[in-house]
Parts: sequence; structure tokens; C-alpha cells
Amino acid sequence: MATLFRQSIAMLVLLTALTGILYPLTVTGLAQVLFPRQANGSLIVHDGKVLGSRLIGQPFRDPRYFWSRPSATAGGAYNGLASGGSNLGPTNPALRADVARRVAALRAADPGNTAPVPVDLVTASASGLDPDISPAAAAYQAARVAHARGLPSARVQALIDASTRGRQLGALGEPRVNVLELNLRLDGRWLPSH
Amino acid sequence: MTPNDWLQLALYLALLLALVKPLGAWMALAFAEQPNALTRLGGPLERALYRLGGVRADEEMDWRRYAVALLAFNLAGLVLLYLLQRVQGFLPLNPAHLPGVGAATAFDTAVSFATNTNWQSYAGETTMSYLTDLLGLTVQNFLSAATGIAVLLAVIRGFRRRSAATLGNVWVDLTRATLYVLLPLSLLLALVLTSQGVIQNLHANLHVPLLQAPVATSAPATQVLPMGPVASQEAIKQLGTNGGGFFNANSAHPFENPTPLSNFLEMLAILLIPAALCWTFGEMVGDRRQGWALLAAMLVIFVPLAAGCIAAEQAGNPALHGLGVDQQASALQAGGNMEGKETRFGIANSALWATATTAASNGSVNAMHDSFTPLGGLVPLVLMQLGEVIFGGVGSGLYGMLAFAVVAVFIAGLMVGRTPEYLGKKIEAYEMKMASLVVLIPCALIVVGTAVAVLLPAGRAGLGNPGAHGFSEILYAFSSTGNNNGSAFAGLSVNTPFYNFTLGVVMYLARYLLIVGMLAIAGALAAKKHVPESAGTLPTHTPLFVVLLVSTVLVVGALTFLPALALGPIAEFLSSVAH
Repeated sequence: MATLFRQSIAMLVLLTALTGILYPLTVTGLAQVLFPRQANGSLIVHDGKVLGSRLIGQPFRDPRYFWSRPSATAGGAYNGLASGGSNLGPTNPALRADVARRVAALRAADPGNTAPVPVDLVTASASGLDPDISPAAAAYQAARVAHARGLPSARVQALIDASTRGRQLGALGEPRVNVLELNLRLDGRWLPSH
Repeated sequence: MTPNDWLQLALYLALLLALVKPLGAWMALAFAEQPNALTRLGGPLERALYRLGGVRADEEMDWRRYAVALLAFNLAGLVLLYLLQRVQGFLPLNPAHLPGVGAATAFDTAVSFATNTNWQSYAGETTMSYLTDLLGLTVQNFLSAATGIAVLLAVIRGFRRRSAATLGNVWVDLTRATLYVLLPLSLLLALVLTSQGVIQNLHANLHVPLLQAPVATSAPATQVLPMGPVASQEAIKQLGTNGGGFFNANSAHPFENPTPLSNFLEMLAILLIPAALCWTFGEMVGDRRQGWALLAAMLVIFVPLAAGCIAAEQAGNPALHGLGVDQQASALQAGGNMEGKETRFGIANSALWATATTAASNGSVNAMHDSFTPLGGLVPLVLMQLGEVIFGGVGSGLYGMLAFAVVAVFIAGLMVGRTPEYLGKKIEAYEMKMASLVVLIPCALIVVGTAVAVLLPAGRAGLGNPGAHGFSEILYAFSSTGNNNGSAFAGLSVNTPFYNFTLGVVMYLARYLLIVGMLAIAGALAAKKHVPESAGTLPTHTPLFVVLLVSTVLVVGALTFLPALALGPIAEFLSSVAH
């Protein structure tokens, strides 16, 4: 019995060294050499300043910007240290109330627009940090942004298209528009190298 | 379901099945008793580990010694993880200066990761230091999966060996599972995931200014980007059917799962080893058809449930009707019930993930199950309640399915009045009693645990949703921990002394009682003689047996859980239709 306990501890120490030190440090070393940009957070850097991450969404409430999806993170929307969803059940009255409030806010910012609102634009994402909206949600907001900025709608549409990713390898996932990228393009702060 | 939903489901199944044989054959080599090219290649490293660990690779263990060694090894890992969490505040690799984790949370987490459950009552980004992530959580992700494989290997030897007293050497099994299977696959997957944008660094969190300054002056004008060694943990989290996320949002977090391709690979990794082990099993018991039959039984249950879950979520949420919301799928949007889902994954990948992660005892999520439609959320709940044998955990899913197979041949034997046999071994009273315990212990833990939690104020205190859905949250928590899955209806606040303690105990019992039961069966089987096949033998590789096995799994699950499901998701579905 004592032998088994001694062996347990010895094997635990050895396998910990292998899987808890050697393995993650190997991955870190290789990742930093092979994919340094991705391994460090896909950061968007402009004039030496970090503007954000391509992968982490930011909140927008100005009509001049495209709005991201609602975020249920604790301590304010898009809190990078509190990822998570609302966890509201489908029949919870609070969910219906939240959605109604979001529809009203979108309508208030764009009174002429009576089209139905794409569902992703009024529902909280799973991570609370979703960087994307659907192309439908971008199209819904395009006229508002063009009007607020005094831009021709064709120009706004071109920027949306440039910020849109199709299904990966033609089949996987869903088409999506990166909101931070699109808004940086609108502000003229997006570089091709990003 | 849209055509693309079907396409993504088909691609997933096709690639999974295409990998079953190559990986299954690889694992058969890794675990072979005769030396071969693979074990000769790793031989020097293996021998060095055994020498340093003071173990003799050729020592044969009977089932009791095997069980005691495995339990001692797991207990040592559990204690190490507990201590690491408690004192992390004084240790290096903690750039965010996180304090030691509280006793109740640390206990719950240590049990959770050691038992391959990876239930999490804490939020990763604000609780665990990088050192705890590396030396504690990542290590247990490997070792709990290796433990599952070791038990499976012992059970396989129980069928293979004739009139034998021993089941092999636990240290060799643990080492080989780690060295030849889990480590190389994880290294490969971690690097591919990094290429997609999963982060892998030891930097401190990064503060960046928001592009649009917040309207309310009280709101922060900067955003904190969390950092850390994510990819290395993510890979084994998926491959080892662990499921514990680096971040609170788990695989919904863009730094854990940034693209549809990373999502596809992570989802593939959930079922990869459990599916391939079916092939390894067939190879090792000397009849590949036996492995295919078990895999077929798993698929018969998995595929309809996956399609059902996708369809339920794609149909959208009727509660949003009349609000001017467009839930219709089109070329421009996934549509459907998007609350708690990510845009890049849409409906098909969220629902398919939910099905895979609960079919296997993985428990990671890329969408919030609590916000699924009543029927969409029923699918993960049912899959866990079926005992985590539809693929199930690495190793544990297959040995759980073998317990059901023993019960199935016994029932068939009763029907025709012959002594049941499985893989050339007579199934007698002792094996049958143990198999029944293995099948029924999780059921009892779930039903009793849920009842206790519902009756006590401490159990009801943390509900995140009213009505039938609240009951589902508690039922889900015990179904998840009672089967070592680890996923959650996360609206329930479980970081309380009551839930940390009760769920910790449930996870411990569910894991180790079953392991001891299975090793006892293995020991008894190994001691038996081989029974030659006769006209009275029920063949166990035929479609008839697959139907029998599937029926056994479904009947046990339905008899146990239908009343509880009627009070939860079914009641919620009926009320949502009625309105």
C-alpha cells in the first residue's frame, strides 16, 4: 500500500512535468515563433497604439457607428474580464422585455426604418464579446450610418463588404461582419496590414 | 433546418467516421502488449519515466491493486490541484495578482478536474493564475483522460485474458495513454488552434481604449483584454473530454474559439478519441465487428438528437413574436434562437456542439444552454441522463457502454432462457450485479441530488430563471455532475457552499464508484474461461444486438428521468406553445 502511494506521487510529479510544464511551454514557444500575431491576441495596432483586438467586440451606441450585438457581461457591456451570456431562459419574461427595449433603442436611433430587426442585433451573445454581427444586421444599420455621416450609401456598403467574412472554406460557420473593423474603416483608421 | 445546417452536420460526421480507423489503429499499437514500432520509439522515454517513478513496468496487478493504485494516483492529483489553488497568491506566473481560491470553490474545482467532469463554479479569467492553469488544470485534463483510458484497457484485458488473475499495470497504461495519444494530438491541435487566433502567451492582461468613449461617465473608457496560455489547455480540454474553459464563456469566448474552422476542429476533438476507441476495442478483443456495433449504437442515438436540436433552435423563440424581430434564416443571417449564441457559429454549430459535448462527457460549450429553446435544451439534458455512454468520456464512455452491453445480453439471455455470454465470457450473477450498479449509481445520484436541492432553501437560492425552467437548471446541474459531464444551465448560481459541496461529492462518487465497479467486473471476467461460440450464442455484432443495446440504454434512461423531464423542459415547452 505504501509503495502504491509513493509511486502515485512520483508518477504524478513526472507526468506533471511532462504535461504541465514541457507541453505548454513547447506550445508557447512554437506559437510565438509560428503565429506571433494570433498567439498574442490578434491586436489591431495603429501608429504604435493598440486599438483593440480583431476578435474581441466593443460596445457602440453612437448612430455614426455600427452597433455590436447586445452584451450581458457583468459590470457593463463588453467587459473583457467577465465573459458570459445572459442565461435567460427562452420563456423568461425578462428576455422578452430586454429584446423589446433593444428594438425600441434601434428604432429611436433610426426613426424612418420600419424593417424587422435581425435577431442577432437584439439578442445577447454567448461570450458577451462577440466581435461580429450578421450581414443582415449590418444591412439594417447601413442607411442610419450613411445618413449620420453624410456618406453615400454605396460607400458604406463597400466598407461593409470589405469587413465581411463568408463561410470558412465555403461551408463552415456563418457569414459575418466584424464590427470593430468596419467602424475603424469608417473612421479611416484601418490599415490593410490589419 | 436549412441546407447548410445539413451540410455542416454531414461534414462533421463524415470526417469523424473517416478518422475512426486510423486513430483507432494508432491507439491499438500504443496499447499493444507486444512491442511494436511505436512503443520501441517511445521506449527510452517510457523506461526513464518508470525508473524515475520507481515502478516496474512488468509488474502485473490484480483488479484490487489496479483500483487502489488508480484511486491513490487520482487522489494525489486532486490534493495537488487543491493546494495549488489555495496558495496561488504566493506563487509566480500570476500577473493579475489573483488571490488564493476559497476552500469550497477550490474543493469543488479539484474534484471536478480530477474526475474529468470540469464543472466550473468560478469564472476563469478572474480566479485562476497562469501557474494554476498550467500545473493544475492542464495536468488534470491530461491525467483524468488517461485514467479513463486505463480503466477501459483493464476492462478489455478482462475480456481478452483467460483464467487470469491480473489486469495489467496501471502505471504503464497511464503513461502510454498520455505519451502516445493525448500529448501528440494535443500538441498538433493546439498549434492549429493558435493559427486561427486562440491565444498562447504568458503576458499580463492588456488595457486598450474603447473606440467609442462610453456615454455614461461612470462606465470604463478602456477594455481589458485577458491573456494567457489558452491554446495548450484548449486542445486537451476538447480531446480529453474535459470541457473546463480557460474563460468563463468557455468555447464561446473568441480567444478560445475564434473562427468556424477552430470551432469545427474543437467539436471534432470532442468525439474523436471516444469514437476511435470503439475501433481500438474491436481490434484488441480480436473482432473488429464488435467495435463497429458499439459505434453504430452510439450513432443511432446521436444523429437524430443532433438533427432535432438544430431544428429546435433554428425554429426560433416564439416568445419574441410580435416584437418586430426577424428570426427567419436567410442568405444574410442564421436566424433562429440567437440568444446566448455567437454570430460566427450561428445555429447549426451551436446546436451540434451542444449535442456532441453532452453525448461525450465533455461539457464545454460554445453557446449558453440555459437560453436554448425548451426542446433544444432537452437534448443535452437527455444525453447526459443516458449515462454518458453515447460516445461518453475518453475511456469512460466505452466502459459505461460495455456495462450496458452486459445488461443487454443478460436481458436477451432471460428472454430465451440461456446463460448470457459476451465476447466469449459467461455473464453471471456477480458481473450482472456490478453492471447494474454501474448503470444505476449515476441515476440515483441525479434523482436524489435534485430532490434534495429542490427541497432546501440553499438549493433554490441560486435560481436564474422562474418556473419550470428554474427546475430544469437544478436537474441539469445534477445530471451534469452525476455523469461527470460538466456543462451547465449557467443561470444557476453554483458558487455557494451548498452547491460546491454537494456537487463535489456527487462528482467524486459518480466517477470512482463506477471505476471500482468496472474494475471488479474486469477482474471477474479475466478469471473466467473462454466459452466457445455455439448455436445458442447471441451474436453481438449484428443489427439485432445494436437495437437491443440502444433499447436498453433508452429504457433505463426513460424509466428513470421521464417524470423529472416532464416537470422541467417538457412543461416549459407545453406552456410556451400554449401562449
